Amino acid sequence: MARATFDLVEPHIPSLRRYALVLLRHDEQRADDLVQDCLVRALSRWHLWRRPGNLRAWLFTILHNIYVNDVARAAARPDVVEIQDYFPAMAVPPNQADRIQLLEVVTAIQGLPDEQRQTLLLVTMEGFSYDETAEITGVPIGTVMSRLSRARDKVRGSVSEDAPARGRRVT
Amino acid sequence: MSEVVNSPLENEIQALVDGRLDPARRLEVEKWLSAHPDEAARVRDLSAQRASVEDAFSDLLDRPVPARLRNAVEARVQTGPVWRMAAMVALIVVGAAGGWFANETLTARTAATVALTNDALRAHSLFVREKRHAVEVTAQEEAHLVTWLSRRLQADLVAPNLENEGYRLVGGRILPASDAGPAAQFMYETPEGERVTLYIEQDTLGRETGFRFTEHDGLSAFWWKDGPLVYVLTGAAPRDELLGLARATKAQFSS
Repeated sequence: MARATFDLVEPHIPSLRRYALVLLRHDEQRADDLVQDCLVRALSRWHLWRRPGNLRAWLFTILHNIYVNDVARAAARPDVVEIQDYFPAMAVPPNQADRIQLLEVVTAIQGLPDEQRQTLLLVTMEGFSYDETAEITGVPIGTVMSRLSRARDKVRGSVSEDAPARGRRVT
Repeated sequence: MSEVVNSPLENEIQALVDGRLDPARRLEVEKWLSAHPDEAARVRDLSAQRASVEDAFSDLLDRPVPARLRNAVEARVQTGPVWRMAAMVALIVVGAAGGWFANETLTARTAATVALTNDALRAHSLFVREKRHAVEVTAQEEAHLVTWLSRRLQADLVAPNLENEGYRLVGGRILPASDAGPAAQFMYETPEGERVTLYIEQDTLGRETGFRFTEHDGLSAFWWKDGPLVYVLTGAAPRDELLGLARATKAQFSS
């Protein structure tokens, strides 16, 4: 059982780290502390995971709760978000317009209120369904939808209007 | 498909952007958008935004996982008395440093054990402030309380008598423990209303330990291992007073 547990949990570590890293604005030390606390807590409550439930959503729920209860409260929100520090690879852009657009979007996301930021990241970056996002953040699905809508409009309002449209999927 | 398309709900716009709208409705909404350029521009922007987010963060998935996170999982799934003992010893250091959770760089083992003590402290903080619902079963039904909790923990519990120390039994309750099935909590109070709680859960340690002390947010806790159980005595009382209570408790369980 021990080996099986490890094999089940391990594949989710990279996406838990990514989410923690973005939540904590690329403070790697604190992000990995958060993931570690999440893993330890998950394994100590392993019997509470309802097989064959959605393990990934369950792990994100635990991480979310630790973040909200223990981490976010202690984290002073920086006034200035230096996105370039987060993405050194973006300093020399192969395609300048694209990179600028990415930086603007990331900067705008990091400036959102925390609940909106979490919702947008879970749905978009992590690809969770609206139901899963509601479960992870512990709110009704209607709240998820309204947070998502407000987050996206806010980010849209923050990015420059003449930026090239990318990733068109509609029309 | 009907000729007249209902204007889409905001939820449907979001679902369209996320590719989560069902195909038939998507066709309708896209048709509606072709006649509403402002909203169509918004959908285009939001779709581009979504693609940007996917792009911006995709590299972060490829970072190698640091050893300490793999170890956090491996140490825990290979649970045995030896590492758990080590965790408890390490907890004293962490407790003394005042770091309980998240803000300190904890090793996986200490963090695991902090969770156990955390449960006791949280249960204490949660219930001591209750007036009417501080306990599930009151001291008036002490025999029933002890029988019930003993059965659930599969151990011979007693509700220690701490009246010589100035504390009277209020009652007790059952709680979910983090990793050892149910936990029991007994609550005591002084005539002035000062309360302490005794938290008990099953433990798999093979060795006894002496009293371990830790404190957090104005609360002090002594914990120890005795026989098949681990005990955490928590309160806002001074350390020496709490130690006296812990000794009196341990003496009554060891009989």
